[in-house]
Amino acid sequence: MHEWALAEAVISTASKIAEEEGLKEVTEVIIKIGELQQIEGEILEFALSQLKSTSNLENTDFIIETVNSDFKCRVCGHKWSFSKEELDEEVREDIHFVPEVAHAYVRCPKCGSPDFEVLQGRGVWIETIKGVK
Amino acid sequence: MVDPRTSIIDERMKGIQNIIAVSSGKGGVGKSLVASTLALILAKKGYDIGLFDLDFTSPSTHLILGVGDLYPEEEYGVIPPKVHGLRYMSIVYYSRGDVLPLRGADISNALIELLSVTRWEALDFLIIDMPPGISDAALDIIRLIERVKFLMVTTPSQLAFETVRKFIKLLSELRIPIIGVIENMKIRESPFIQQQVEGMDLKFWGEVPFDTRLEEAIGDVDRLLETDFGKKIGELIEKNLET
Repeated sequence: MHEWALAEAVISTASKIAEEEGLKEVTEVIIKIGELQQIEGEILEFALSQLKSTSNLENTDFIIETVNSDFKCRVCGHKWSFSKEELDEEVREDIHFVPEVAHAYVRCPKCGSPDFEVLQGRGVWIETIKGVK
Repeated sequence: MVDPRTSIIDERMKGIQNIIAVSSGKGGVGKSLVASTLALILAKKGYDIGLFDLDFTSPSTHLILGVGDLYPEEEYGVIPPKVHGLRYMSIVYYSRGDVLPLRGADISNALIELLSVTRWEALDFLIIDMPPGISDAALDIIRLIERVKFLMVTTPSQLAFETVRKFIKLLSELRIPIIGVIENMKIRESPFIQQQVEGMDLKFWGEVPFDTRLEEAIGDVDRLLETDFGKKIGELIEKNLET
């Protein structure tokens, strides 16, 4: 997902949760980003800082944490970690927009199967939201 | 743990007047050709049209349209390129025509990703080429795209229609509007499908005869619109969608 689109989605979701939970103020949002999607942390941070000023999350701290991407082959059970250096730039860009297309390009290093599971570190999610009621 | 993507999907589609999912109970009934031709004809009539191929494991509309070497522009999300007068989005931009062996959960994730990142401009119609049958992707599309309406495609075969009947039953239970049913690849006279459709209180859009020359028009949209198939779809649009 694109960093700006993602920032927009994070702001919208955090606002919605704050409203549902009856939070007067959101103090901290922890966002986890999976390595597979290769989100540019700095761009995301900048987008969040720009977008939050036009929302009710003006004083919120957004903390971004990166999670390694680990795969497990569904055929032979082999586990390995994502390494973007092994892919060319165009492919990395494709996976950045839709991480699932990794199944078109990545193969199990042991048996060559494209049928693998992303154990962790696929996309982006909001881990926690802290605030004052 | 919350997925932030789903909250933005409505926002991404707010400028779209009508969202039509062209669907079928099973594969091989001509759904992608119907969806593509429907989109092309509406675009030619001057409507603002988008075509979204959501059949991730077997996308084919890019072949029907003869889409060349295009890539969506990146601007606060991605903007579908314009092809033959319509905005066109497909996962093939990112999978580059390679085999994409996705399981159910992966399909759902890819679907949410594309829905949340794609920025559609103001459109009169967004035509969705659906994956065949009742699948994770179909259920997600129903769940995530609030204003979606379905146009079902069947062949004269009882086997094809039986799967459509089940799909219609599901959509009815979920209170999803069905704008009609098209009987495609008609070879000989039989009122069976029309009777069945009308018996379910649904609109029978009409029949499209089997066109032996259709295959030659794949990848050539001008030729496609000049086929008997293309002309017939045009008639069905005038009779059922523009009235």
